[in-house]
Amino acid sequence: MAAVTPVATTPVATTLSCAELTTREINAALAALPDGARARILEPWGRHNLAVGLGNRISIEIAGNAGYFIGGLCDGPDVTVDGFVGWSVGENLMRGTVRVRGNASECAGASAHGGTVIVDGDASSRAAISLKGGTVVVGGDVGHMSGFMAQAGTLLVGGDAGHALGDSLYEAVVYVAGRIASLGADARVEELTTDDVLVVKALVDRAGFDHVDPENVTRVASARTLYHFDALGRQAY
Amino acid sequence: MCGIVGLHLRDPALYPRLGELIAPMLDCMGSRGPDSAGLALYTDDAATPRYSVRSDEPLDWQRVAHDLGAALAVAVEVTERPGGAVLATVADEHAVLDRLARDVPSAVLVGHGSAMEVVKDTGNPREVCERYGIAARRGYQGIGHTRMATESAVTTDHSHPFAPAADMALVHNGSFSNHATVRRRLERDGVRCVTDNDSEVAARFVALQVARGAGLDDALRMVQKELDGFFTLLVTTATEFAVLRDAIACKPAVIAETDAYVAVSSEYHALAGLPGIAQARVYEPEPEEVYTWRR
Repeated sequence: MAAVTPVATTPVATTLSCAELTTREINAALAALPDGARARILEPWGRHNLAVGLGNRISIEIAGNAGYFIGGLCDGPDVTVDGFVGWSVGENLMRGTVRVRGNASECAGASAHGGTVIVDGDASSRAAISLKGGTVVVGGDVGHMSGFMAQAGTLLVGGDAGHALGDSLYEAVVYVAGRIASLGADARVEELTTDDVLVVKALVDRAGFDHVDPENVTRVASARTLYHFDALGRQAY
Repeated sequence: MCGIVGLHLRDPALYPRLGELIAPMLDCMGSRGPDSAGLALYTDDAATPRYSVRSDEPLDWQRVAHDLGAALAVAVEVTERPGGAVLATVADEHAVLDRLARDVPSAVLVGHGSAMEVVKDTGNPREVCERYGIAARRGYQGIGHTRMATESAVTTDHSHPFAPAADMALVHNGSFSNHATVRRRLERDGVRCVTDNDSEVAARFVALQVARGAGLDDALRMVQKELDGFFTLLVTTATEFAVLRDAIACKPAVIAETDAYVAVSSEYHALAGLPGIAQARVYEPEPEEVYTWRR
């Protein structure tokens, strides 16, 4: 891959309007931009699948509320949504960031392998479901079953977490600044280490969340009792 | 998949625009359900109770209305619709329904009530709205459904809304897994389903609870106890507008509230064209919580 050419001044943003272009046309235009370019997507009106599957290092601003799968499958760009988004923002993200200035619906950051999804507001249920190495940072609350079956990566919740947090967790770690309604199966609260504090500090600095005190979060991780099937364990079979 | 939409108008200044506002919402949700569409529309303008009827066989609806009027010794006004009609009469509800069932067996009751008219048909939602002139309809409340059939056949009778009682309508996004069991229980209580559709079971279950004295909100809480499955339900009566999602909440819903209206849709972009949406309070209904608005 070619090295990114440093630019002395901010490049002029390419503007793409959802009122005039189909989703395919918008994504094709974004994919054709060179590294370092900027783009603004206007009048999204809840449009699904904007800025998906991009491999270039560009920055994209979506000027308004957007729909499902925003920034999904991307491997490079930085996407900012100036509004709220629907389901599965940053789904299967590989690299880059997706930042939502408002709230996100269900499954934020689902299956993200890398990169960072930042939600300034609340995220709904199943945030960071099946996380595979990515980072999901939510300033507000998350809904039920967040972190479900998350395999690797980090979920930081700046507010409260809903029921069944971290159900069937593998090796991902969840940090919660507020209250936890309940833990899911095999999730447990663990002692916060100095390394954890450093991880959380780096995340809140990056997100600019001054309401989260890195030393006062709850660490939730897997108790690993579901790793091996035990037919006799509870005499249940 | 299926899509649902609903609009409960608070500002009477919007009543003339009900159809004009809800038709594009339904069209937008055509992406979630392209095989059939339907609406229940509520108005204060109707002077007499109305019966929305349809038939797969061609029927002379003027004659049906005339014969019904003669049999019941009352006036029956008829407004023809594509493949059906709206019959308006002050005659006793049970007498009308019994007569229609006996004398016009091919006629199917789609919905009835003093405030409500139900329209449903197979085909693309936009075309259904055009066929029935939805954009020109006045009213204070409406719900609609775009169907992608998963549990039963693509026919008009299997499409939503289901209207199990006077002025009551239900639309459903999701699927019920124990509908056959609940249908048998309803039969034991004397409630008969017309189709093998899972959502019809939920509609008749709600109507039975209300007929037994439950409020609509409590009837919906009983749905959570009795029916197993995935659902976002939108249920209306002449005075109420209610939303419920199941515990897992994997069927979407977005609510937008302003001083002028309460709007519900499966997805936000169906709401994005409503007047004043930028100032609306937009939120998702919490799982297992019954949301009810009254006029």
